[in-house]
Amino acid sequence: MNHISPVLWEFLVKWMTNFALFPPEASKIAPEMDALFFFMVLVSMVGMTIVILLVTTFCILYRKERHPVAVQIEGSTLLEATWTIIPLGLFLVMFVWGALIYFRVYTPPANAMNIYVVGKQWMWKAEHPGGQHEINALHIPIGKPIQLTLISQDVFHSFSIPAFRVKREAIPGRYTSVWFEATTPGTYHLFCTQYCGTNHSQMIGDIVVLTPDGYKQWLAESTSGMSLAQNGERLFASLSCNACHNAKPDARGPSLANVYGAKLQLSSGGTVLADDAYLRESILNPSQHITQGYAPIMPTYQGQVSEEGVIALVEYIKNLNSNYRIEQTLNTTDMLPEGEVKAAPVTPGGVELKAAPPKAAPQGVVKP
Amino acid sequence: MSDTIVSLPDQSTARIPKVNFITKENGLLSWLLTGDHKRIAVLYLISLTFFFFIGGALAGLIRLELLTPQTDLMATDTYNKVFTMHGVIMVFFFLVPSVPATLGNFLIPLMLGAKDLALPKINLLSWYLYVAGGILAIYTMASGGVDTGWTFTTPLSTHYVNTNVLTTGLAVFIAGFSSIFTGLNFIVTIHKMRCPGMTWFRMPLFVWAHYAASILMVLGTPVVAIAIVLVALERTIGIGVFDPTKGGDPLLFQHLFWFYSHPAVYIMILPGMGVISETISTFSRKRVFGYTAVAFSSVAIAVFGFFVWAHHMFIMGISNYAVLVFSLLTMLVAVPSAIKIFNWTFTLYKGSITFETPMLYTFGFMGLFTIGGLTGVFLGTSGTDIHLTETYFIVAHFHFVMVGGMLMAFLAGIHFWWPKITGRMYPEKISQLAAVVTFIGFNFTFFPQFILGTLGMPRRYAAYPPEFQVLNVFSTAGASILGVGYLLPILYLTWSLKYGEIAGDNPWQATGLEWQTQSPPLTENFAVTPIMDHEAYDYEWLEHQNLTKLKEKEVPSAG
Repeated sequence: MNHISPVLWEFLVKWMTNFALFPPEASKIAPEMDALFFFMVLVSMVGMTIVILLVTTFCILYRKERHPVAVQIEGSTLLEATWTIIPLGLFLVMFVWGALIYFRVYTPPANAMNIYVVGKQWMWKAEHPGGQHEINALHIPIGKPIQLTLISQDVFHSFSIPAFRVKREAIPGRYTSVWFEATTPGTYHLFCTQYCGTNHSQMIGDIVVLTPDGYKQWLAESTSGMSLAQNGERLFASLSCNACHNAKPDARGPSLANVYGAKLQLSSGGTVLADDAYLRESILNPSQHITQGYAPIMPTYQGQVSEEGVIALVEYIKNLNSNYRIEQTLNTTDMLPEGEVKAAPVTPGGVELKAAPPKAAPQGVVKP
Repeated sequence: MSDTIVSLPDQSTARIPKVNFITKENGLLSWLLTGDHKRIAVLYLISLTFFFFIGGALAGLIRLELLTPQTDLMATDTYNKVFTMHGVIMVFFFLVPSVPATLGNFLIPLMLGAKDLALPKINLLSWYLYVAGGILAIYTMASGGVDTGWTFTTPLSTHYVNTNVLTTGLAVFIAGFSSIFTGLNFIVTIHKMRCPGMTWFRMPLFVWAHYAASILMVLGTPVVAIAIVLVALERTIGIGVFDPTKGGDPLLFQHLFWFYSHPAVYIMILPGMGVISETISTFSRKRVFGYTAVAFSSVAIAVFGFFVWAHHMFIMGISNYAVLVFSLLTMLVAVPSAIKIFNWTFTLYKGSITFETPMLYTFGFMGLFTIGGLTGVFLGTSGTDIHLTETYFIVAHFHFVMVGGMLMAFLAGIHFWWPKITGRMYPEKISQLAAVVTFIGFNFTFFPQFILGTLGMPRRYAAYPPEFQVLNVFSTAGASILGVGYLLPILYLTWSLKYGEIAGDNPWQATGLEWQTQSPPLTENFAVTPIMDHEAYDYEWLEHQNLTKLKEKEVPSAG
């Protein structure tokens, strides 16, 4: 092999050993999308073959040497109709088939496990409901629908997992979501596919698909001791949200228990569904979203809470419908340094800061 | 009958006419202050070629960097600037004006039997605007470049990059007006300057295609101008239209941008399709199959082309139902392109086909554009778009349509009308070789990118996982072949200006009015205003003309 130059040799070895032609199918949707993909490849190849065959045949049959006199032909309505209707029909089949897949990819099932993903220049941060954080990686179990709720802290990013055939833009200022169900354990590429500045091509990571047991083990190993909602709880207290949102009869803000998923009456008229996006918006831009019966006194938290913080708050409020969560609130507040609790003024009518949770505590326990 | 049709110039009788648009006046000023559409077209051709080679050199740098998985040739910031400038220069300073501003400018008045475009001074102004925009773009590049990508996506372009967004935006803004003026000029000319007898359905399909493209230029370009102004205002005084923290919508920019930039791809491709209609008819000696279908398909593309912009945003969180509508409309816009391809194919049927260079480029166009169009359907289908968008599949699709389609058509047109523009033939054999080299190089460059895209390789990456390397090596190798394919025409076309065979009025025996006058034409185009008394692509009329001329010649020699 001496006569083959080293560069060429290296290239040939690479070709033989490391030549990807098609991405692995590692999610439930992947084979479905590939079926459509190969259908389109087939249609394209048939179409291409027809055009190439016709052009070649005509070029052979009607080249000047063989066919010196051209026969002038106007056209043919029948043929025009044929090559209008057949492509149109095929394109419409692709349209319907594609739309079915599209709606599936972007309509998460109700039982999906939600993981939050924040994109920022130039990393991905994933927040598991159990409080596990990871950067430029995502650990997930097979056989369980996973919903990603994505947001960007700066510019547009795009969360792409080729092996799952899913991709979703992470947009500044609004949540987007996508879901998938992994089928094959392994490590797959995670790419940011929306150009996002200097280190766009380094905004990559690994999607680690584990067996359910492996995932449990990973969760246990990576826990920070606090769930996402618990983090939210702490933030809720430290931002003094509970000064107003304390469910007391004279509270200046509406009670947040069971608010997630409810239809709210706004003071501007009209109703709105309190979903993730709405909760986020009313934290960052409260004056636009005043619940009926309350004064527009809530200050904006734009710039005071990071996207991860907002996510924790949203996750906390989402889970505030169960008694268990209320109990957790008590425990966490009790865990606060004693001085802080004691220092809080309990004067009625005054600004009730950290006093509210302890007061609400007996309610929470007794009521159920 | 057909034996009288000769396809090569008759060297014994052909002479370059002493008075023509090139020799009429001399001196640089006579060119820089000209109102003659043909001279302006030549000015455009020279400046376009200049920008094409700058854009091409940048493309070469991109391919060199991508030869290896690591970022080793340049820093990521530099790479980002290089692909941004490649996009900006190729799209706004080459593809958009390429065929319309050169061939369209030169030929539309000739094809319509008119003396000039309706607004010659506006035409000259549009060239100056183009040059001003171009110089600004070059200045931007020299003074540090810009790294937003040619799509200027907010909030990256408004808040997060420190490069020359404003000057680039201004360059595109100015070039946009050049495009609006060209479009306006064509529309007025086509409506008002047709010679007697030139009805709408006697116009060559080249003119129809330009009419459709002009509508897009005039209606679409102002929107991108507005979008750029908003980006500039956001960057300078922070008006917040696109800033979510101020209640703005970052996605709004993309709606505005693609409202122009999707129709813009039809601005780029439609004139190319016009060229193909002319060449395929001429080299099959046959009228274009289904003339009205081809004409109306251009108009249909222009109309539908305005209502598909959101297919660039399927994964960006726009409403699922909006996706449904835009996906459906995208399918509809694919149909007219299919109609055109089949009509061109059947134009060959029972023709009398020869294989000169323009015809080779035409075949190249048909093959590559068909692939480009069909892969567009992969992306217009909402389901598969999720996986394929923002990857090299998009890059490959776009380059198949724009480089494989548009550039092939441009080269077909340049070769086809070269004898008309310069009065001399290009050398046939070497240009056939160049056409084949271009085709091979093109496929090597861009076909592997479809596979890379299917594998998920994201676009605009300076580094990539090592298993993608083999395909990238293919692509880079192909690009070097492609580069040779593009350098060759520059060399032999320049050579032919002096040494090419003299072409005569109608070397291809084509039917268009532009071929019925001298080459190069008079400044006034025609000595006598022509009267169009036949359909477009009427080869029987042409034979009759030739016979009459032959008799006229015989009479004096007999007497």
